Amino acid sequence: MFDVLAIASRNLLRYRRRTLLTLLLIVIGMLAVLLFIAVAGSFKSMMVGQITDSVLGHLQVHRKGYVASIDNLPLNLNMKPQMVAKVEEALKQNPAVETWSPRVKFGGMFSNFAETTSIRVNGIDPAREAATTPLLPGRMVDGEKAGALVGRGQIVIPLLLARGMKTGVGDTVVVVATNRDGSVNGKTFVIRGILEGVTGPGGRDGYVHIDDARELLRMTEAEVSEIAVRLKDFSRLERTNGQIKQALEGLTNKEGKPALEVHSWADLSPFANLARMIDLMTLFIKIMLVSIVLVAVMNVMIMAVFERIREIGTIAAIGTPPSRILSLFLAEGLMLGLAGTVTGMLLSLAAIFGINVWKPTFNFGQQQNLVMAPTIAAGDVLTIAALVVVVAVIASLQPAWKASRMDPISALRHV
Amino acid sequence: MGLVTASNLTKTYRVGDIDVPAIKGVNFAIAASSFVAFVGPSGSGKSTLLNLIGCLDHPTSGTLKVLDTDIATLDRRAAARFRGENIGFIFQDFNLIPVLTVFENVEYPLRMVQLDGNKWPAEKRRARVLRLLDAVGMTDQADKRPDQISGGQKQRVAVARALVSQPKLVLADEPTANLDHDTAYRILELMKKMRDDFGTTFVFSTHDPKIMGEAETTFTLEDGRLQNGGSHV
Ligand SMILES: Nc1ncnc2c1ncn2[C@@H]1O[C@H](COP(=O)(O)OP(=O)(O)OP(=O)(O)O)[C@@H](O)[C@H]1O
Ligand SMILES: [Mg+2]
Repeated sequence: MFDVLAIASRNLLRYRRRTLLTLLLIVIGMLAVLLFIAVAGSFKSMMVGQITDSVLGHLQVHRKGYVASIDNLPLNLNMKPQMVAKVEEALKQNPAVETWSPRVKFGGMFSNFAETTSIRVNGIDPAREAATTPLLPGRMVDGEKAGALVGRGQIVIPLLLARGMKTGVGDTVVVVATNRDGSVNGKTFVIRGILEGVTGPGGRDGYVHIDDARELLRMTEAEVSEIAVRLKDFSRLERTNGQIKQALEGLTNKEGKPALEVHSWADLSPFANLARMIDLMTLFIKIMLVSIVLVAVMNVMIMAVFERIREIGTIAAIGTPPSRILSLFLAEGLMLGLAGTVTGMLLSLAAIFGINVWKPTFNFGQQQNLVMAPTIAAGDVLTIAALVVVVAVIASLQPAWKASRMDPISALRHV
Repeated sequence: MGLVTASNLTKTYRVGDIDVPAIKGVNFAIAASSFVAFVGPSGSGKSTLLNLIGCLDHPTSGTLKVLDTDIATLDRRAAARFRGENIGFIFQDFNLIPVLTVFENVEYPLRMVQLDGNKWPAEKRRARVLRLLDAVGMTDQADKRPDQISGGQKQRVAVARALVSQPKLVLADEPTANLDHDTAYRILELMKKMRDDFGTTFVFSTHDPKIMGEAETTFTLEDGRLQNGGSHV
């Protein structure tokens, strides 16, 4: 009993070694792509998670122009309470927003009464900040992880600062800052905790209570420098970003220009470029897979057609329709692709599972011993699998077409 | 009116800028259920003529009618269909499909060529293949692959394959050229028996004088021209 698929599979088995070599190429290609996607993808999402969930939040809202001069932490570009209320109203309206945290940011001098250095400080509402950046409490290397992030009169400082100034939890320190009018003010704080630094902007900032910050800066109103926003679903970042932008567009300044700006984490962190590089490399490695499969299958199929010219002449002469000759060879490419895909898929999944059991660790910037836990979405696996099969069929298209168009007389005469 | 009629049939190959006339205006008719040989020296045009009758090639001029169809009107696909339905082929080198068993080789035209699946349901197909294998004496070799049987046996299988879909006409270009004399003779006998059993018209070519004698009608080709109007033995 036989039909197109049976004949095709027998022809593949006829040149067992060649078929196996081609399969090997496809399998190696699949392994490379799926492992890369899994490892690089989980590295990327882990790093993005670190950045958004411990410092930046998913989105940030500022007064127009703030981000451009964020290095100076300009106090004259804070949002006024009425504006903050409007932003909060817009955020409340958007169902994709989980929560947000208003911050007062400023630069100041930090003194342990013996030495003085500069410090960047975030004035925060501890509960809201913890909800917006849930990994922040976990960065506390000294001091209680549990409980409010900072209370009134307390400060949390970055590890490098604590080391450099030889201060620790429980010490009393002074923070001195210049307010927007140029007058200087100081305030004493007790060190509540020491924070492990993270790579990227804001990764070495200190934290005080927002009311202390306003007091230190002698604010007459409840101004806010930035609002960090956390979304319910990170994958809907782009869309929500657009929606919030649109909702805030209506808030204009005296010149009639938009008064606010909205940035996603990617606009604010240089790691976004690394993430884009990873995406680009994923694309390149996919292109390589496609080329490998294309060349390997096409090579085999061209050889198959060439070796079987007389056979093709025979079946054409006895009346096999050209379309059926075409499908005979396409079926061969298809089965080659399918066999390679299934094997490659199983091996890749096994390898990914193996890495998860083995749990290798890696370091990134200040973070150490991050556990590599590659995962791959079923959709990605299926897309790659479909891609390989489709490419295998496309690669057989030209040889199969050639076979189906062969003139029976010259094919039969071929030696 | 014959099964095959040629009038003023010519075939000229074009090689570069040079015309090579292979068939130079021939007229003949082949009657149904006849056993016909085209003979002649090498290069006289036998293969060219058989290819034309087999709708594998188009005439340069003149007309060739096979089963009342003017073969010049057939395009690639129509010609393939026409061959599959009406003409069986036996080749000099047997040309069995190496990955298929003897049984499957005989079955091939019924499964892969005849696209009308209703015409050959599984049961009927199997009975037909077994009948043909029996007729050519290959029943006990049915499960072997072509590389496991002898040349003569291969040609028997090829005869069965050519006849399996009940064609009106079987064409065989030098069917015995690769066989020793005894085997060649037996293949000819087999073909003739098939003609007797099934009423199929056989047209073959040969340049072996001993084999020519087996034909009932012989056309002698010489340099692309017929030497006689078809001599009957
Ligand atoms: N494809 C072709 N291109 C050019 N010339 C051809 C072609 N096929 C055949 N010829 C020429 O046509 C003539 C007849 O060839 P053909 O093959 O029909 O002879 P034949 O009688 O079958 O010979 P043989 O007994 O050797 O098989 C020869 O001169 C041959 O060279
Ligand atoms: Mg010849």
